[in-house]
Amino acid sequence: MKRVYVNEKWCLGCHLCEYNCAFSNSGGRDMATTLMGVNIRPNIRVEEGEGVCYAVSCRHCEDPLCVKGCIGGALSIEDGVIEIDKSKCIHCYTCIVMCPYGAVMPSEDGAVQKCELCVKTKKGTPACVAGCPNGAIVFEER
Amino acid sequence: MAIEFMYPEYEVLRDPDRCIRCRVCERQCANEVHTYLPEKDRMISDDLKCVNCHRCATLCPTRAIKIVKSPHTFKENANWGQKEITEIYKQASSGGVLLSSMGNPEKYPVYFDKMLLNASQVTNPSIDPLREPMETRVFLGGKTHEIKRDENGRLIPIKRVKLELSMPVMFSAMSYGSISYNAHESLARAARELGIFYNTGEGGLHEDFYQYGSNTIVQVASGRFGVHKKYLDTAAAIEIKIGQGAKPGIGGHLPGEKIVGDVSRTRMVPEGADAISPAPHHDIYSIEDLRQLVYSLKEATNYTKPVFVKIAAVHNIAAIASGIARSGADVIAIDGFRGGTGAAPTRIRDNVGIPIELALASVDTRLREEGIRDRVSLVVAGSIRSSADVFKAVALGADACYIGTAALLALGCHLCRTCQTGRCNWGIATQRPDLVKRLNPDLGYQRLVNLLTAWNHEIKELMGGMGINSIESLKGNRLMLRGVGLTQKELDILGIKHAGE
Repeated sequence: MKRVYVNEKWCLGCHLCEYNCAFSNSGGRDMATTLMGVNIRPNIRVEEGEGVCYAVSCRHCEDPLCVKGCIGGALSIEDGVIEIDKSKCIHCYTCIVMCPYGAVMPSEDGAVQKCELCVKTKKGTPACVAGCPNGAIVFEER
Repeated sequence: MAIEFMYPEYEVLRDPDRCIRCRVCERQCANEVHTYLPEKDRMISDDLKCVNCHRCATLCPTRAIKIVKSPHTFKENANWGQKEITEIYKQASSGGVLLSSMGNPEKYPVYFDKMLLNASQVTNPSIDPLREPMETRVFLGGKTHEIKRDENGRLIPIKRVKLELSMPVMFSAMSYGSISYNAHESLARAARELGIFYNTGEGGLHEDFYQYGSNTIVQVASGRFGVHKKYLDTAAAIEIKIGQGAKPGIGGHLPGEKIVGDVSRTRMVPEGADAISPAPHHDIYSIEDLRQLVYSLKEATNYTKPVFVKIAAVHNIAAIASGIARSGADVIAIDGFRGGTGAAPTRIRDNVGIPIELALASVDTRLREEGIRDRVSLVVAGSIRSSADVFKAVALGADACYIGTAALLALGCHLCRTCQTGRCNWGIATQRPDLVKRLNPDLGYQRLVNLLTAWNHEIKELMGGMGINSIESLKGNRLMLRGVGLTQKELDILGIKHAGE
């Protein structure tokens, strides 16, 4: 299955992936008008340290701890993609505690949000991958 | 002193209706033009620092940024232009020589743009390159005078060492130091994939790139940086650099602060020491001296590699080239006055040398008149901008072209012409690790391959249009060229007729 992978060697820490992610999940038509004045909550986040930067998003694990821990049945695996049904989320945040990568997080409305490889917003290449200026984020079979 | 203030040449225009304060511009500008003011929730810019490299405008996800030429102007003067005035201010302030980079940008004629190509109509058939085989392969090196056959009448293969190129274009000399590791890797990998050659420049060859040796031309310049036995043995050909189109007659100077780590090791220059290329080779003061170096290099590599001699196009180019052809060199590379550089004194770059089109035509004519054209191949450089320029150069007599600026443009260069600052936002002309990583060679090499694949298609289209199926039939075929808007003298030097003749 194709997944999103990040190559630290080429990640520039420009944070464009975060904005492309937020826009892709917003359903808006134009990024400027959609994200103007918005405190974005992207599903991919650039972590930065001394001279190192790296975009982190859901690994779509084959045996995902977040799904195991979900007591409401909100997280499920659809064709390998770990999806979230917000209507079933009970805000217990067990998944957030269990995810070893910090890739699951609460959304503005309290329900959990996570990367769904843009399957619900558009088909094809996820927005973070398509918009990465240096080919650091790739969508491939490994 | 207030008089030293110069109004910025470019202004950053930010559309407040489109800027979402993502701060990508701020993070990506090595010149620190953009700043975010959290208390005002606004981005501001310091136009004085902007070099107009378009990194911010290209990466801005909402297209909120554009760079415009400042309308701020001096009182109009047909003699004292803005450039002349500001240069006086700069020098009155610094007392220094003005430095520039990339090729001569001034308004001199571009002869490629004053030559038109022929095509077949009615009386001679054109060829469809999509249906018929078309040959753009070329060989560089001297030709053999006589054809010999064995007892069965079969041709005895030519023994002279040659380079085989899949198309008449190579990447010109750009040193490791002037451009980044990732830029070099992109060029090396593209040369291998395309079946052509790239040139190390005078900065030596990084040990990681020895694997691309069979697609590498190594340079031996006046500083002799990074030259050792393995360097010569690894390469496909060796180029003796006498001159460079952007700065004929002068040497080079890579400041000590750029001689760090791998650059120091590759150049064989101690860390922190300036790498100075003398203006002349101190052992070459005549064609006889040049011959000695040509044969020293051939001897050192057991006569297995062609030797190039690269010179800048200057006034007596035809006589000089004739001498080089007699020195034992296999290829003469001529760099025209538009050729690029990582840093050169502005006055030299903008005022010294001659156009490559005229230099090429006069050298080819002279060598043919003297009956020695077959001894050498001619490679031309100095602003080959498109496949049409390659095509016209071949028709004027070139065997192949070198491209430097065009290759860098493919890698992302926006020709802001501030390579000398070492802060290239595109990761090309810099050694700063955070900037170098902006050029991912996996993407870079593919763009170079794309560019030359496209050019090769176009060259085949142009050949087919004039009923030629092999680039060899175009070489020196000046009847395929016609001049427009040229004087009789210019036409005579180019050896072409005027359009309509």
